[in-house]
Amino acid sequence: MEKETCTFSYCKRPEVVTIESDILIVGGGMSACGAAFEAVRWAQATEKAGKKIKITLVDKAAMDRSGAVAMGLSAINTYMGENDPADYVRYVRGDLMGIIREDIVYDLGRHVDDSVQLFEEWGLPVWKKDEAGHTLDGAAGGAKLKDGGKPVRSGKWQIMINGESYKVIVAEAAKKALGLENIYERVFITKFLLDEKEDNRIAGAIGFSVRENKVYLFKANAILSGCGGAVNVFRPRSTAEGQGRAWYPVWNSGSGYATGAMVGAEMTMMENRFVPARFKDGYGPVGAWFLFFKAKATNAMGEDYCAGENFEETKKLYSPYAEKLGTCIRNHMMMMDMKKGKGPILMNTDKAMAELAKTMDAKQIKHLEAEAWEDFLDMCIGQAGVWAGMDIEPDKAPSEIMPTEPYLLGSHAGCAGFWVSGPDDLGAPADWSWGYNRMSTVKGLFMMGDICGASGHKFSSGSHAEGRIAAKGALAFVLDNKDFKPTISKPADEITAEIYLPFELYEKYKNHSTAPEVNPNYIKPRMLQARLQKIADEYFGGVSTWYMTSATLLAEGLKQLAMLKEDAAKTAAKDLHELLRAWENYHRIWALEAHARHIQFREESRYPGYYYRGDFLPIDDKNWKCFVNSRFDPKTGDWKCFKKDYVQLVD
Amino acid sequence: MPSFVITEKCDGCKAQDKTACQYICPNDLMTLNRDLMKAYNQEPDQCWECYNCVKICPQQAIEVRGYADFVPLGGSVIPMRGSDSIMWTVKFRNGKLKRFKFPIRTTAEGSVDPYKGLPEANLDNLKKPGYFTHQGAGKALPSIKK
Repeated sequence: MEKETCTFSYCKRPEVVTIESDILIVGGGMSACGAAFEAVRWAQATEKAGKKIKITLVDKAAMDRSGAVAMGLSAINTYMGENDPADYVRYVRGDLMGIIREDIVYDLGRHVDDSVQLFEEWGLPVWKKDEAGHTLDGAAGGAKLKDGGKPVRSGKWQIMINGESYKVIVAEAAKKALGLENIYERVFITKFLLDEKEDNRIAGAIGFSVRENKVYLFKANAILSGCGGAVNVFRPRSTAEGQGRAWYPVWNSGSGYATGAMVGAEMTMMENRFVPARFKDGYGPVGAWFLFFKAKATNAMGEDYCAGENFEETKKLYSPYAEKLGTCIRNHMMMMDMKKGKGPILMNTDKAMAELAKTMDAKQIKHLEAEAWEDFLDMCIGQAGVWAGMDIEPDKAPSEIMPTEPYLLGSHAGCAGFWVSGPDDLGAPADWSWGYNRMSTVKGLFMMGDICGASGHKFSSGSHAEGRIAAKGALAFVLDNKDFKPTISKPADEITAEIYLPFELYEKYKNHSTAPEVNPNYIKPRMLQARLQKIADEYFGGVSTWYMTSATLLAEGLKQLAMLKEDAAKTAAKDLHELLRAWENYHRIWALEAHARHIQFREESRYPGYYYRGDFLPIDDKNWKCFVNSRFDPKTGDWKCFKKDYVQLVD
Repeated sequence: MPSFVITEKCDGCKAQDKTACQYICPNDLMTLNRDLMKAYNQEPDQCWECYNCVKICPQQAIEVRGYADFVPLGGSVIPMRGSDSIMWTVKFRNGKLKRFKFPIRTTAEGSVDPYKGLPEANLDNLKKPGYFTHQGAGKALPSIKK
């Protein structure tokens, strides 16, 4: 096919705005807010010492409600409190099937509580226990965490909050720290830029305003990237409107994975994915139901699907991991019963509430009911809508649960991301640390939150904490490289033409057909996404194949994905909103390609219940208890996967 | 459960410098029809139902209708977000009503002073473990025991 170019013959040339900073924070979610808070404090110290550090943040949305916490949350899932970070490492390692970067996970565990205590200072209501052991909501005035207040634990690591405004509060602190003049909202970064003079060195980022006809070129000495995971890369179970009701935020478009991969940053564990079992369709959270309300999930006959024959069969393939009953193993056994027709699988909310109510008076029962609803109203309002629309009252009837479509992420119960430099004081192998904590293999490019790999179970608080750790690393890097002046290899004009190509194509060809949606000269972003999802679903182990794939399926899928990637250069956009979707979907393609290549390389089924290699069905610790890393070479276009030794640091 | 805008109530935020729903939507869905001066959700099947447009609308002109591919008609979930708490009204398909009220923050909006009472950073410690807060308070971070 002929290659299309943009010469601004058909669409209007945008104004190019150049912003120079020492540190650029890309993203506005929890990790970016943490990075801003920590970086500015250290920059105040450098300024006193005579060196001004300019810090800029760019977010595709509005910081008050951007990122995965935009809706709110009903719990903070990572708070150490009385626990030892070494135990946290053991828990994360167990759930992620034995392969994590223990240096990074431990480092996060020993830092994270400080962020949670700050959230409470800033105004986040944290539930407390009173002297009689009853639950107090977070505005009832119990002692603060930092003063020894006892949080309400829903599990060993989780604490309950009234979190409707969680993100608003955290963003308020970050925005005040940075100053509004240093924040660019509604600007979408399409790619990172390497330096022309120094090899493998970040020099900036470029993107466009989704509100006006402007392209922004950000030159920077260091970049802190926190752009979230990848959602809607696999065909969702919902068929129409409900596709927006993804379990993870629908706006997480794989941009963090794509922007880093394109400049050659080494990735790790991109074969990992997360398939949460959630309330069917609404994808409401199950954590509080399991851990706090002590509800049990069963098949339709009321039987525990993680016992008996299912458990014995599972042990044959996946011992000793099966015995740990990690999240993916429980999915695996749930699906065994689903395949036998023993569904629907039920969360027995009614029985759990009846059990709890036995020791309660009428007022306490009413409070319990409110707590159950708040779990959804704080963080997944849509699930409350499903209950209302279906006349389901959780204290009267059970609700269906089901494994969702796959998601790529590294901060929740997954670990897909980049290989980064870890802390140097925890006894990790020497080559796991190269001077600056959380710096990727590209000089000056730091990864945080969902895209910092092999270190899941950070959740919201851990992402904020990781942003702060990475910010210190970036500050140190900038101070050690203070004479660096970024040189951008391609002229801004040329990159601007690349970014606006979908406009040029639309304007050039739109009148060829009487309805612009169907036109042989281009593809619209919506169809690009549909094709991507279909390839992912049918070849890389989505819901339609019960998460099953193999060498032959992967090879065929990658062939089709290559054609899709070519066609992405023919995406057409009628307005700025579609231009945003065009680039988001381009990023999704990159994220999915990394995922497929890693699954192809790892010849075992490390995460049964999340995905299966039909040709290598067991877990093979002898050959595969190792990281799978990969690198796309921006000079040659080659993508190479390789093994990296796993080293256990915590017993 | 995509958001929708009630024609009669939406005034296009004409008294303000920007349209509130368009400003806040994390997925760039809400947009203004400049001919009608009314907002609408331009891509309902990409709506996460985060309710941020519903909560921010000064006219209470935005509600949410259950995703038609799996939610039967008739129910609704409507918030009223104040400065320190939020009230929810849940209406079931069968007409039953439930109301809940939850706190949302313990400080006044806009009152956060991020570094209040916190130590300054000491550049000598930049490459050592711990945030400026740990270091300033003299808190040593643990290490993995061998």
